[in-house]
Formats: sequence, structure tokens, C-alpha cells
Amino acid sequence: MADITGEEGDFTVKVVTHPRYVDTSKCIACGACTPKCPAKVSNDYNEGLDKRKAIYVRYAQAVPLKYGIDPAKCIKLTKGKCGNCEKQCPTGAINYEDKETTRDVQVGSVIISAGFKPFDPSAYVQYSYSKYKNVVTALEMERILAASGPWMGHLVRPSDEKEPKKIAWLQCVGSRDVNTCDHPYCSSVCCMYAIKEAVIAKEHSHSGLDAAIFFMDMRTFGKDFEKYYENAKRSGVRFIRSRIHTITEQADKSLMIEYATEDGQAKTEVFDMVVLSHGLEVAKTSVELASKLGIELKSTQFVKTTSFAPVASNRPGVYVCGALAGPKDIPLSVVEASAAACAAAGKLSAARGTLAQTKEVPQAVDVRGEVPKVGVFVCSCGINIASVVDVKAVAEYAKTLPFVEFVENNLFSCSQDTQDKMAQTIKEKGLNRVVVAACTPRTHEPLFQETLQAAGLNKYLFDMANIRNQDSWVHSAEPEKATEKAKDLVRMAVAKVALLQPLNEVKLSVNPAAMVIGGGVAGMNAALELAGQGFTTHLVERDAQLGGNARLLRITAQGEEVQPYLDGLAKQVMDNPLITAHLASNIKNVEGFVGNFKTTLAGPAGETVVEHGGAIIAIGGQEYQPTEYLYGQDPRVMTHLQIDAAMMNGELDAKKVNSAVFIQCVGSREPERPYCSKVCCTHSVESALHLKEHNPDCQVVIIYRDMRTFAERELLYKEARAKGVLFVRYDVNQKPVVKKDGGKLMVTVRDHILGRDLLIEADLVGLASAIVSHKNTELAQMFKVPIDEDGWFLEAHQKLRPVDFATDGVFMAGLAHYPKPLEEAVAQAQAAVSRAVTVLSSAEMSLSGTVAFIDQRKCVGCGVCWTVCPYQAITQDDKGLAVVNEALCKGCGTCVASCRSGAPNLRGFTTQDVMAQIEAML
Amino acid sequence: MAAGKKVTGAVMVVGGGIAGMQAALDLANSGYYVYMVEKGPAIGGVMSQLDKTFPTNDCAM
Repeated sequence: MADITGEEGDFTVKVVTHPRYVDTSKCIACGACTPKCPAKVSNDYNEGLDKRKAIYVRYAQAVPLKYGIDPAKCIKLTKGKCGNCEKQCPTGAINYEDKETTRDVQVGSVIISAGFKPFDPSAYVQYSYSKYKNVVTALEMERILAASGPWMGHLVRPSDEKEPKKIAWLQCVGSRDVNTCDHPYCSSVCCMYAIKEAVIAKEHSHSGLDAAIFFMDMRTFGKDFEKYYENAKRSGVRFIRSRIHTITEQADKSLMIEYATEDGQAKTEVFDMVVLSHGLEVAKTSVELASKLGIELKSTQFVKTTSFAPVASNRPGVYVCGALAGPKDIPLSVVEASAAACAAAGKLSAARGTLAQTKEVPQAVDVRGEVPKVGVFVCSCGINIASVVDVKAVAEYAKTLPFVEFVENNLFSCSQDTQDKMAQTIKEKGLNRVVVAACTPRTHEPLFQETLQAAGLNKYLFDMANIRNQDSWVHSAEPEKATEKAKDLVRMAVAKVALLQPLNEVKLSVNPAAMVIGGGVAGMNAALELAGQGFTTHLVERDAQLGGNARLLRITAQGEEVQPYLDGLAKQVMDNPLITAHLASNIKNVEGFVGNFKTTLAGPAGETVVEHGGAIIAIGGQEYQPTEYLYGQDPRVMTHLQIDAAMMNGELDAKKVNSAVFIQCVGSREPERPYCSKVCCTHSVESALHLKEHNPDCQVVIIYRDMRTFAERELLYKEARAKGVLFVRYDVNQKPVVKKDGGKLMVTVRDHILGRDLLIEADLVGLASAIVSHKNTELAQMFKVPIDEDGWFLEAHQKLRPVDFATDGVFMAGLAHYPKPLEEAVAQAQAAVSRAVTVLSSAEMSLSGTVAFIDQRKCVGCGVCWTVCPYQAITQDDKGLAVVNEALCKGCGTCVASCRSGAPNLRGFTTQDVMAQIEAML
Repeated sequence: MAAGKKVTGAVMVVGGGIAGMQAALDLANSGYYVYMVEKGPAIGGVMSQLDKTFPTNDCAM
């Protein structure tokens, strides 16, 4: 991205494409070029732990799977000699004359997701990273542990490639450190990835690896993180609270670590290998890009955003997501990505669909009742298959199989010219079933199915025989057997394909209206974004007013006042003509499925039925009501939200508080609530800073287990320490005690450094009370979505689908998912809208033809299938028998495997189809 | 943005890591043309270098 002009809605961006020296339209990723390339280069994908060639593909699963030449290392490009790859390439894809090109692109919005750069510890003496071979970064450790890494996943140390017996992880390398690297922030992800690496390394180890993690505060604040931490402790990972200052190499290349224990003793321990848990930083190139775009950065160099618009940069029309906007993990990056898509689309809805293209598909010929006429296309895949398998023999053999009408061997079945020819052949020869014996359906099935469609055939009349990945690649040493196996695979595919019937893709109309359940910050944001994109929205709130928990919040972590924002938000919702706010209303019943829900609401005016195509669940959470620390027995003991409310309405005058104590983890990280509530450490620090600001002489003590001021919240923690707030750590087995002594409120806590009890008189005891779920099982059942054991709604995939449910058309946002700060709730709301709009914006939805069906003559209504169905797609009809809702079915086949009487079957994979394949093999 | 101004129904996504890919997919699936700009030869970003991901130990690839 070289330059940008114009404004929101109408930008012109100059894009420079660097030469690749390989024509991607010709490269078929056969890999013939690489073995003959004489230039060996440090492999950046494996963090330099091994070598690659100058012509390379970054990794085997790379998208696009096209080779490229590293111009700095290529001998032909640097010295004018060689040219081997050009000679090897069977498709003539190499072009040493490739030039940089520049083009102008017109866009309405821009999203910057340039990510982060892992902190490079090589320049810092204390880590000895450049000096000692067995000191590696965590990213190098990822490559060591990966099956696709330099040692194929075998746990070895770099110096002698032997398995280490003891590994130490050092936390906060390049994080929480202003003395050496000027990164005052916490990188958010290193505690969890270090635990993960330790756990995985132990699994890979043959000798019961001793894994030790040296840390300052263990920051496992996300969903299911605390459980992961506890499990790691149980599996024997050692956690040592100390920051390491010196590493010394021993004669055998092992490493001696010197550290101080909590009670001040100096200790040493020798490890075979040391992993530096390096943090996240903004790349220099991103800083330059930001300056080119006129985007403001914070002192940490992450992009500046507000809590109320977490993906908007200061430049209208330019949005930001992922680690560029602050250190964060994958789920939050994915949430922000969808949020940025929502925000970017929000201003462009007038132009939706004007540039995007949809494919036209000709009407398929009805082949039912015809005798199968199978076409078999055997692919050579350059030399990938043909160098091992005798493809001509396989093709000849295929001609002898029943129903086979036509056989052809192609050099590259997937190339565009072969595809065109294949479509022509299907039409000319009147083929009605097709088998391609080539590579994997995972990457190529959609391509061949398109060819079938182009030829007027139903795309389900197709099967693939994987004679590459499952044959030539794995049996290269035994070409004759490989050829026989290829014949077997083709015979199996032909046996199955002859039985296949055309499948219908049911089309469903989509009601473009949306429902949002919960009128807090997440719900209101979701409703406004939906309405902003032109969708009619019903906002359901059980209280008589909007606002939710945020009504009791004073400020955000960035110091923005919440109440004025909330008032503005509520007013916008009430004024928006596309939003109907159903206040003091509850959900009574939900019928239907994605695209067509029918929900009954009970409100002050009685029951109303609302029809909508999608729903967003944003019902929030609630503050835990403590039973400990004299809560409820003394008015000076207050929770976070009570303190915020009292600070806002003036009941709590900071000037009158001379001594305040905050106790962390009240109700969190306990056996009955084994999770971290994520926001409380920061909240206590904010309250402490408020007291210090209005009354600098006030003594403020925060009693904590681990300070979890993650990401840039660390700067608040630092500020609090600078302003004299005292931090005393307590052990969960020795909790602080709050007592009344006459009129005085006394807090006793064991100080681990002094080894003595501290006795503190307090005018105010703030309890960092947990956030708990509403555990709304009724709502969950009505929408057919799951909740976990703590009552949080359970997403479809924790990493990659963080606001989706496995059930289509239903999404979530805010505290209903897990405790989180306000800006994450806003981002999730925007993300949920983005995901919902992918459904609501289409007039109709095409469902996959690969769905289950029930032969009711065999069904006895035992209920096993609807119990095991992970998508709740099977219900009981009025006769008590199973019936599949095709709109919900994902074709996983679990029901088929579960039924004793064989009533369910999967279209395209019926028992008959599968048995035919097996019989053909035997 | 003032009403009546030209609006282009396309979005540019700069960076093809996990965040960029998700943003691009959402936009393409809701009716916008997406230009993805990535400086490397393949998309995937740092996540493609990870082995497993916490807390589910799913394979990153």
C-alpha cells in the first residue's frame, strides 16, 4: 500500500505488487523447481532453524499454494547464472523478467490488520539469546513442537539435536520492561502460550520433561484459561514467581539460571534449554504505514482507538483490528476483525452488492433414471503422481470398470484449459457421473464441482480418488504397489459414483429483520449497527430501561466516562426508526431456524410475536454478591459497582477516605467459580487512582493474587505504583481477614516478602467481586444453543468463531459470553452484527445437499439420534418419530452411526454408497 | 459523511493474517468486493507458524 487519497466512502489506494517471478496462473505447485535450486536460504517460516531454497512456497498449506522466488537469494536474479527452476518447471511459470507493478484501486473503506512483530531479544545482553544456541524464542519453540517444523515435531534442543530433560520458560521478555526495551505494556498472550508450550512439550517428551515457568504475575484471564493453568499445575509444570536476570552457559551447552525466591534467597538451577516468552510489538513498517495513512498511534505505538469505537482509527473510513490495535490473542483479533468488517460496511450499505459478483449456474440436466455413464479423469499432476504411479495403466484399467464410458489422462486436471475441456467432454459424451483421480477433495472438490455445474450436471454426481496425497506421496518407494493402490482407489470411487443421485440444495428465504436480546452496551451497539446497515431490529430488554450493568460503571480503562456515552447510546436507540425497543419484556417462545425465526415476547402490553431472520444474544452478566469479608454487615465494605455508583453520586467522598483496602479475586478463581473475571484488577487500580487523585495522602492498599492488568492496562498499574498505591500479594490458602474492632475496620494480610502479618485499618474495603452469568438455560434451550458449566454461552469455536453459535443464525456478544471490559463488549457486538449480516443480507440461503434423512419405517423413536446430534437438527414429530430439519443439519453423519435400526442416512454418503465402496475394495 | 456523495462498495484489507482474513470473509459474504493486500507470498500471518493454540490445543493450521 503505497499511497491513499480521497475520503470515507471513496478512497483511491495505490497498491504496489512486488515481482514474484512465478506466474501464479501457471504454477501448479508441483514442487519440481525446488530440489534443483542450488541456493540455500535461512527458512524464516521455521524462524531460521533450518534452510529452504530460493524458489519456495512458505509452507505446505500456504494460500495461495504458488511458488515464488526470493530475489535477494536467487542466483539467476543476483548473478545472472543458473536458471534451473525454469528448466524444471513443466508449465513454464517461471519469469525472471517479472517487474513491480502499480495500480490504483477504488474502495469505500480501508481495514488495517497489519498485526504485530514478535519482540526480537537478540540485542539484549541479559537474555543471551544471540550468544547461546539453546536459548530460543517462544516462536522458535512453536516451530520445534510443530510436526511441520525443522525436526518434525520431535522435542530436541538446537545445539546437539538431543531431547532436553529440563526446559525453563522466562516470561515478560520484551514486555513490562521499560529499563531495557521500552515496552511498559503486558503482551497479553505470553502467559498462556508458555503454559501451552510447556504442556505440549511434556506430551512430546519421552523422559517426563521437567518444565518450569518463571513469571511475575500469571495472567490467565480469558475464557477457560484459568482451568488450563490449574491443569498444567496438576500435570507437573512448575511455576516459579521470579524474574530472571542472568543466564550462563555450561560446558555441555546447558544453561544455568540465577534467580531470587520470593523470600529473597538467591538460587541457581541448570536447564537443558531456555525459552524466552517474547512479547508483541508493532513493526517499524506498520508505524510507517500508519504515518502514511495519517493514523494516530499511542505511546506504545499501537493504534489509538477509543473504548466506545474500538476498531475505528482517528481517520474516518479507516478501521483497525487485531494486534496492531493493542496486544491481544486470536479470539479477540477475530472478534475485532468481524467488528471492523461491520464498521467498514456500515457506511457503505448504499453500495452493497454493486461490485461483488455472484456466479451464474446453468440449470442442471435431470439424470434420474438414466443408466450411469461415468467419466474418469486420471491426473498426472505433472510428475507428482506420474513419477510414481503408472497413470496410463490406471486409465486403461478404469476403462474396464462397470458403467465407465470415458477415460482420459491429463497432465494437470486442475488447470483452466483442462477444466474447459472436461466440461466440453461431459456434454459431448453425455456423461452423467464423474470421477477425478487426482489430489485431495479438501482443496480441489469445489473446483471440479464447478466444472460439473458448468457442464449442466448436478455437482453431487462426483467423487474423487486421492491418488496423490494418499498414494504417490506416501508410496514413492514402491511404484508398482502404488499403481495397484491407485487402481483400487479408482475402482472404489467408480463403485460409489455410479450409485449417486442428484442432490437438491434447498433454498430458504431469509427474513432480513434481526432480534437483539439484552439492552446493555453490547445489545444497544448491536441494534444500532444493524439499523445503521438498514436492517429492521427488535431490541428486547427485561428491565424498564436500557443500559444494563454499565449504568453502574464510572470510567473505562482508558479513562472515558461511561454515563454520558450510555445516555447517548440509549437515546440513539430510542430515536432510531428501524429499532423497536421491547422494554420490560421477556422471551416466551422461539420457533423456526436461521432465516425464519418466530419469537413470542411477553411485555407490559401482553404477548407479541416477532418474525426475524437472525438473533444476537447479549443478556450480560451480574456482579457476584459476596458472603465473605463482612460484606453486607458493614457499610464500609463495598463491591466495585457500589463504589463506582457511590463515587458518581457523591456519597463516597475521596477526601474523607484516609485508608482504603481493595481485596482481589472475591468469588473468582475459587473452586465454585474456577475462572478469572478479567476486569477486576484494572477496576481496583482505577478506583485506587481516583482516591489518590482526590486525596494524595490517602493510603491505598491492593491485596491481590496475581495482578492481571493485561495489555496496556499495565500502564495503569505502573501509574498506581508510582503514585504510592501499595500492592500486597496474598496466597489463596492464607486469605486476608476483615474484622471489626470496636468501630474500626481492620484488615489482616500475610505479606510474603516480609513473612509477617500486616494489620491495616481501613475506612473503605473494596471487594473485587466476580462477574457471574445469568445461567439462562431456558433461553439457551429456546434458541437451541449451549451454555458451559459456568453458565456462559458457548461459542461454535473458541478461536475462530468467537461470536457464532454452532446453530446458524444465532450469535452472541458481551458478558453473556464471558467477563470482559466494555471495549471488548462493543467489539463483540459489532462482530456479532457482521456475522449476522452475512445471513441477513442474502435474500435466500442455499443449504448443502449433503444432509441426513430418516427412513421412518425403520425408526422406533428411541431418541438416540436427536440426543447425539450436535446441531439439534433432529426432532420428534407428532408420531414420536425422528425428523431432520435440513436447515439445521450439517451432514456430519453422527445420527447415522448412532442408530441401531439404520433409519437415518446421509445423502451422498448413504450406507449403500459406502458399502459399495468397501465391497469394491475387498 | 454527507449524503449524496459517491460511495464505493469495495473495501481494502491490509494484512492477511487471521484478523485480515476474517474481516475479508465477512465483507465478501455480505456483498462487498474486497481487495486484500499482503506483503508476503502467502496469507496466514504469524498464526500459520503456531503449533497448537490455547486453551483448546487445536492445531493452528
